[in-house]
Order: sequence, then structure tokens, then C-alpha cells
Amino acid sequence: MIEARHLTKRYGPVVAVDDLTFDVQPGLVTGFLGPNGAGKSTTMRMILGLDAPTRGTVTVQGDPYRSFHNPLHRVGALLEARGIHPGRSARNHLLCLAQSNAIPSHRVDDVLEMVGLTSVADKRTGGFSLGMNQRLGIAGALLGDPEVLLLDEPVNGLDPEGIIWIRTLLRALAAEGRTILLSSHLMTEMSMTADRLIVIGRGALIADTSVEEFIRRSSGNRIRVRSPRLDDLRAALADAARELETRDDGALIVTGLDCPQVATLAAAAGVPVHELVAETASLEQAYLELTQDSVEYRPDDESHLSFVHPAA
Amino acid sequence: MTTTLQAILANPDGKHSAVPRPPDRLGMKGVIASEWTKLRSVRSTWWTVASTFAIMIGFGALLSWAYVSRFDRLDLSERLSFDPTAHALRGLFLAQLAIGVLGVLAITNEYATGMIRNTFGAVPQRSAVLAAKLTVFGAVALVVGEVASFVTFFAGQAILAQKNIGAGIGDPHVLRAVFGTGVYLAGIGIMGLGLGALLRRTAGAISALFALVLVLPILAEALPSPWNTDVIKVLPGGAGQAITAVRQTSDSLSAGPGLALFLGYIAVILVAAFLTLERRDA
Repeated sequence: MIEARHLTKRYGPVVAVDDLTFDVQPGLVTGFLGPNGAGKSTTMRMILGLDAPTRGTVTVQGDPYRSFHNPLHRVGALLEARGIHPGRSARNHLLCLAQSNAIPSHRVDDVLEMVGLTSVADKRTGGFSLGMNQRLGIAGALLGDPEVLLLDEPVNGLDPEGIIWIRTLLRALAAEGRTILLSSHLMTEMSMTADRLIVIGRGALIADTSVEEFIRRSSGNRIRVRSPRLDDLRAALADAARELETRDDGALIVTGLDCPQVATLAAAAGVPVHELVAETASLEQAYLELTQDSVEYRPDDESHLSFVHPAA
Repeated sequence: MTTTLQAILANPDGKHSAVPRPPDRLGMKGVIASEWTKLRSVRSTWWTVASTFAIMIGFGALLSWAYVSRFDRLDLSERLSFDPTAHALRGLFLAQLAIGVLGVLAITNEYATGMIRNTFGAVPQRSAVLAAKLTVFGAVALVVGEVASFVTFFAGQAILAQKNIGAGIGDPHVLRAVFGTGVYLAGIGIMGLGLGALLRRTAGAISALFALVLVLPILAEALPSPWNTDVIKVLPGGAGQAITAVRQTSDSLSAGPGLALFLGYIAVILVAAFLTLERRDA
């Protein structure tokens, strides 16, 4: 369980994290979403006691992180900057972390095997690929068999097999009752791995909800309907629908109604329906729609360094 | 991958049977072991240690040999002012930079690579991390400094003995000066570690260290006498070098006050380093 209360971080005039309040629940994978520069990494650093909040508090299992002794047994983290010395071997990188938290050195071999780096354990990490460094970082997060995992972009640089592996791992760890906070910019990945979403934009909370609810709330949810009497169908739906649009292929796209409503209205008007399909928005569409006002760095944005509160 | 995944999750005796939990307190022994692993597992450590030895012993032998080969042509006043111990240990002025760089790198390479966040994530008691670094690096630097100093002294005296001008380790103040040279080298290394913790950037910390021990004395030199010598002898380098001298002159402090002042400089840097370490964002 991670509890953030009014968490705020300012760097001079720039508000990187703005009054964030959220809980990350055990037993679930919580996705942490937001455009670049939204404050995800800053928030994760504050959770880990690396950066001090300007205002507000954040606790892990009830206590501020900096009060923990041997925290790797409770919290494992993979940070944005992986923090691996290129001249040190994978084994020694993990060994120095293990020693500082009284983790037996055989556990280093265990986690190296888990992430598939046993064969290169004694090689210097400077020669590692992005994906191998990523695996090493994940091994470090798993060292103390923690109840809480914070992973910043864990699939970055992983091959498809690695992506499936980490997805399976995180789902299994969550099923054991652990608390998992995961940031990723890969929406497909997020929709397959996460149960809940915390979405932030320009440092402020935009949404804190389940993945299904997040997508359902998106206005991108539409009904596709076909009929040989299209004009009659349009007339029948015109009052109730938020928006009606006829596609080139003859399908009518209805926004603001669900399938039963469309079917009932069509039946009442005596219009035959040949096709009735709910087009569910993807997480990506829902996300883009929700965060379009709060993208920090946009190519054509002249004032991309200024700070504006996202439209509510 | 699936078999390893099963291995992760196969905790038959309960969720956390795989890794035994230590008591809920700071394990300083583990933090020190961790810092030793860090220091020994990067090559820059061994390069800087090797450089320190090579510079000390190499210059000691070279300068002693040069003196011996010119000895017959030197006049009496030059011969009388000759200090065989200081002569052999002259490489100190360059070796201090090698060990100082080792001290700087012991912490700045963590900031440069981002490792510092893993370190403070694993040990949120940041002062304990710096204390462990000081313990491990201080011990290594003292051993390196003393071994380099004693080997250099005996090698230099063996060469000077050809003209019967060498010093014995039992001569007045010689043992203190040779031991003091090792202490001075370790002290400069610790100063480097403190500056590295304070400034967090390799280039900045090395520049600051060079400025303190090499550049400030050159600037002070430009002061009118006797201010120049008065100032130089109380600068970090001058104060520290007082413990490396066999003969005391009016241009330097005596060993006791010199050592006290040198340790005082180190203490000020370390206090500043500890205070900022706890307060700044990592």
C-alpha cells in the first residue's frame, strides 16, 4: 500500500508534481500514466525518499520511506535512470545492493537466474544491451522479495519475450497480494497488465480509476449500426444520440447511446437493423483524449515550458 | 522463462520464505561490506592505486638517482641543506592527486551513473552510506599511503646510500615523517571524498581539490613577505605537509599543529558533506 497525500514538488517556479493524492492498493497492478514531463518519475523518487516533497506526504505501508531499515525487503524499485556502473559486473552490482540490506549472496544468483542473466553475470555491464540492463534493474528490484514494487518503464528495451515475461511476472506477483506501481508509455502493454490506472498530467491527478472504467468514460465509445433504411434510422436516433455520423461505407456511427438503447429505438420506429456493434475505445484513445490538454512538450507548442493547469 | 517464473513464485512455506528478514535496524556491517564491494569492483580503483604507487616509488627512485649522480659536483651548502627523507618522498606532490582522484571518484561515479539512487534507495540513512564510504576508503587510502611511503623511503635511501647520504628510519623525526607522508596521502584522499560528496560532479570536485592543495599556494606566493609564507603554511597542503617534514623550518608549522589544522580542514569539508547529503534531493 502506497499512500500519497497532497504530494507537491516545485523546482523554482515550475510545479513538477501538484497536490497529488492517491492510494496504490495491494493485490493489483496499478498503472502510472502521463505524458513526458508529467511528473511520474519525480513522484516515484518522492515515494522512495530520494527527493523531498515541497509539501504533502507519501508513505509506504504506513511509514515514510526514509524511516525504513533494510528497505529492499519491503520495496523494490526500478528507476528511470537505471543507475548501473558500466565498469561493474552484473553480479557485483547486485551483490553490493544485497550486502547493504543483509540479503544472503545466494539470492543474487537466484535473481540473476530469474531474469536470465546467469551466463553474463561476471561481465561488465558496459557491454550490455538496453534490454539486458533492464533485466539487471528488474533483478535488483526483486532482490529482497519485496511486497511493494515500483517500476518505471520496465519494458523499455525488452524484446517481445521479455515483455511477456514481465507481464506474467507482475500479474503473478500482484496475485500474491503485492503492491505494484508500474509506469509505461506503451498503452497496449498497460491495458494488458494493469488493473487500475493513476493518470497525471502536468503534475496533477487526471484520473484514478480501473482500466475498464477509464476506457468506458472515454467519449470514444461508439455504436456502429447498419440499416437498409439509413435515413429512417437517423431520424429515429436523432433526438437521443449525442452525435450521428454516416461513414463512406454506409455505416452509421452513434455516440452517446449504448447497444440496447439503439436497438430499442430502431425497433420502436420499425427500422430493420443489419448490424449493431459496440466500438470500444482503446486505452490509447481514452488516454490521448484525457491528456490532450496537459501534454507538457508538444512540437508546435510555443509556450511548452510554461505551466498551465490542465483543464478539469 | 516459464520455469524461472515458477521458481520465483514457488515459495512453499509462505510468501517471503525465500529471503530471510534481518532485524529492523541499520546494519552498518552490511553497509560497509557493500561499500567495499563497490570500491573493489571497478577498475578505476586499481588504476588510481597503481598510479599512486608508481608515482611515489618512481619519482623517489628517479630523484634520488639524479641527486647521487650530481652529488660530487654540489657545493657544501647544498650538501648541508639536503634532506634525504624529504627528497625521496618528493613524489608526494603528484601522488596526492592520484589518491585524491580516487577519493573523489568513490562517490562522484555514483552520481554520474545514477547508482546513488539505488544506493540511497537501499540505505535511506544517507549519513550511514557516507560513513561507510569513509571507513572503507579511509582504510584503503591509509594502507596505500603508508605502503607507498615506506617502500619509497627505503628504495630512495638505498640509492642515496651509494654516497653515504641516506637517512635511517631510526634517525630523529624520520619515522614520523615517513608515517606522516602516508597519513597525508590518506588525508588528501578523504578530502577528495568529502569534496566529491559535497559537489557531486567529478570534474568540479577534482578541480576544487587541485585548487585547494596546488593552486592556492601558488596564488599565496604572490603576497608580499612575510605574508606569503605565513599564509602558505596554514593552507591545507602546507599544514598537511608539516607532518611529512623531518626538519622544521620557519616556513612551516611543526608536526602537531600542522596535523591538527590539516584534520580541521578535512573535518569542515566532511561536516558540510554530511549536512548537504541528508538535505538535498538525490
